[in-house]
Amino acid sequence: MPYIANTDEQRRQMLATLGLDSVDELFADVPPELRCGELDLPAGHPEQEVGQQVARLARHNTAGLVSFLGGGFYDHFIPAAVDALASRSEFYTAYTPYQPEASQGTLQAIYEYQTAICRLTGLEVANASLYDGGTAVYEAMMMALRVTRRNRVIVDEALSPIYRKMVRSYTRNLGIELVETPSRAGLADRDAIAEAIDDKTAAVIVQNPNFFGCIDDASDLAEMIHDAGGLLVASVYPISLGLLKPPGEMGVDIAVGEGQSLGLPLSFGGPYLGFMAARKKHMRKMPGRIVGRTTDAQGRDGFVLTLQAREQHIRREKATSNICTNQGLCALRALMYLSMLGKAGLPELAQRCADKADYARRRLLDVPGVTMRFPNRWYFNEFVLNLPVAADKVIRGLFQRGLAAGFPLGRYWPEMNNSLLLAVTEKRTKEDIDFLAHTLDVILR
Amino acid sequence: MAFQDKPMTLIFEKSVPGRRATRNVDRDVETPFTIREDLLRDAPAELPELSELDIARHFTELSRRNFGVDTGFYPLGSCTMKYNPKVCEQAAVMPGFADLHPLLPQLPGGEMLVQGALAVLHEMDLMLRAICGMGGFTLQPLAGAHGELTGAMIIAAYHRDRGNAKDVILIPDSAHGTNPASAAIAGYDVKTIPSDPHGLMDVDALREHLDDKVAGVMLTCPNTLGLFNPRVKDIADLVHGVDGLMYYDGANLNALLGRCRPGDLGFDIVHLNLHKTFAAPHGGGGPGAGPVGVVERLVDFLPTSVVVAHDDGTYTLDYDRPKSIGYVAPFYGNFGVILKAYTYLLSVGRDGLAAVADNAVLNANYVAAKLREHYDVAVDGLCMHEFVASASRQAAHGVRAIDVAKALIDRGYHPPTVYFPLIVDEAMMIEPTETEGKETLDAFVAAMGEIAELAKSDPEALHAAPTDTPVGRLDETTANRKPDVAAPC
Repeated sequence: MPYIANTDEQRRQMLATLGLDSVDELFADVPPELRCGELDLPAGHPEQEVGQQVARLARHNTAGLVSFLGGGFYDHFIPAAVDALASRSEFYTAYTPYQPEASQGTLQAIYEYQTAICRLTGLEVANASLYDGGTAVYEAMMMALRVTRRNRVIVDEALSPIYRKMVRSYTRNLGIELVETPSRAGLADRDAIAEAIDDKTAAVIVQNPNFFGCIDDASDLAEMIHDAGGLLVASVYPISLGLLKPPGEMGVDIAVGEGQSLGLPLSFGGPYLGFMAARKKHMRKMPGRIVGRTTDAQGRDGFVLTLQAREQHIRREKATSNICTNQGLCALRALMYLSMLGKAGLPELAQRCADKADYARRRLLDVPGVTMRFPNRWYFNEFVLNLPVAADKVIRGLFQRGLAAGFPLGRYWPEMNNSLLLAVTEKRTKEDIDFLAHTLDVILR
Repeated sequence: MAFQDKPMTLIFEKSVPGRRATRNVDRDVETPFTIREDLLRDAPAELPELSELDIARHFTELSRRNFGVDTGFYPLGSCTMKYNPKVCEQAAVMPGFADLHPLLPQLPGGEMLVQGALAVLHEMDLMLRAICGMGGFTLQPLAGAHGELTGAMIIAAYHRDRGNAKDVILIPDSAHGTNPASAAIAGYDVKTIPSDPHGLMDVDALREHLDDKVAGVMLTCPNTLGLFNPRVKDIADLVHGVDGLMYYDGANLNALLGRCRPGDLGFDIVHLNLHKTFAAPHGGGGPGAGPVGVVERLVDFLPTSVVVAHDDGTYTLDYDRPKSIGYVAPFYGNFGVILKAYTYLLSVGRDGLAAVADNAVLNANYVAAKLREHYDVAVDGLCMHEFVASASRQAAHGVRAIDVAKALIDRGYHPPTVYFPLIVDEAMMIEPTETEGKETLDAFVAAMGEIAELAKSDPEALHAAPTDTPVGRLDETTANRKPDVAAPC
């Protein structure tokens, strides 16, 4: 079903208007030797069969796993209103709001999203979103280079290893000096960072809570890098900001993060949402779309894409970024989610996650041989356990009992083969946690 | 459009202190956990305090102030605003896909738990190869421009591997702005090649700029004037002569589906926009998806990971790719968007795909022919899936492309892309797409004709447009000079 409206009769009439006999004549500019034969594709199918085929593939994926997997991507509950309201096709079938009078819905929603991100992060300006948390880290780094006109960046090891890989890929041809400093006992190593900072350092990049789940207040790092004339960039988990000190209060200059936990399904890796907030003085160096509030001739408030002189369609090779599309619909969902949770609901949800994670820690530490990888740290909803055996050894067994126990850190840190990263959201019950502890105990015996 | 006149307030301004929309699950563990106080925030973020009904009304009201493809004709040139079938939306929210954690396949034994998803990625790769004549695809890039950046990184990896010292990418002046921006961000110097009077890459001008420093050439085909360059193969031969790579900007692939393939035209790297050509919705500016395909000799440079299909019918992910450019996205791309495009391709199939291009090109030519009575059109003969009209005749009466655009909004149409490409004065780039029927096109042409008449008789009426919208033309200068990008607390 190709979703074509014209009938044969209409096509005949249209060709007659053009003075042509067949559609083939419209392709006269394509030299015959460059044309292709019939494509090697399956034939089209009616909707009923298409739906069945896709549903069959969906059933080839696991269902009903009790999951303690996090690592930056979390299984939070999504209120029905988010799906229902974001499904209004006036939102999802629109393009980037180039014509503001016909796009006030999208534009106002993005302005409200920007406002919500500013309030959550404690910073003054936010953009209309970036692709995901990893590209947001990369864009924040590039922005810091533009602001400082420097060329050296320090990255804490406890920034997501996936994001560190992305940053390395993106900077490979750019002659940027990337320095990775090791973390110490689960936190950014202050001494190593102090030593690495010099007068060419544009930014220090950290994460809070970091990849190991440890809460790492970066206030002292902010002071350190500011003294050297650079910026502090932090990647943050937005749900944690229901409770934790916002980056703006720590002295962070550019806060970014993965917005998936704000009402977006895990969906095997996307579409997600990169958010970015910064200080007002750096606004004109920001990448991506930004919506501003203004007025029309009658004095009515309205919203427009603004500060476009930064962007690729105006500046071409001199633009602050090549970004055209943002994640408009995902930003809309994040705004809906934050509105549904609300001022009281978000801290309450964050507290619920922290409570359950604390319970999980205590239950799992009762299992003989299980210890904390980073003891004496403060955690939000994620933490690293050390097992008496390689984490890989227990994961299969737990799968067979319907449990995704967590992420084995040995994949990115060979020396942490026995370490397992676990996340607990409000969707995991006390029974789930007890079942995990019991099953781990059985498997380890 | 059914717009309302009452002024819209911000969702934050509707807050009633103490009001709630959700009830969180009760604490089922015995004790609350207290995080050390100095690590906590002093006060909760000032998020809205509303009921679910308040929120439903707010967003329903916002949606009524928006124009989508489902609202009306949306001939936004180069954006391919075709209809987004509902079956594709349904596919993307199936629990077996929507609930899948992307880290699962990185766990031992985890790949076997996501076989359906890996099958989608692999089959999508195969279908896109067949459509484009390429040797392999990555589905990782998260948008079209992200695909361009990925392509430019692959160009760099290829030359690094060959020991070539090349630092220039050539781009025609008619290109989308993302092309030069992407090449520059990947570390290249961008040189602009002037177009001939038809907006086609001038082969002589190309020869002039072509030397050993040239890493590649980025082209859109058909170009932004909607013309197929019959000399594209000659251009490719010239570029390959200096060991440069040919990059295909897939924004306009809709015109060529099932008629010819970028690989056969001499292109080495292509990016596609699944949210244009393959009917995934644009979402009010994303999420998109920008898969990148390469010819066989470049497959080793594709991003990590890559899905591998085994003889026993299972799939795994290959992370051990020494020549790969690395990760451009955290996982496998915008999977939900890929799933929509996959569903679309299953529905359309090989027979339907050629009909898509045929009708897209027929619709564009039909509108162009009908509009010539009232407007200049940038090229004389046939076009492909889109064309560029100009308000230059109307400019004599003081009416500009922007005025025509705003008058179209009052008549229930989304305007064309205006003031692009930069090589046409008062440009209005029109792309009807294949999903529109003749009667819609006729009505649009009539509205454009009426506006052209008004331009002569009452230009002031056009300067005042739009009037049938919640706001009139907005003061963008003040928005730029005194940016208000977030509501104060």
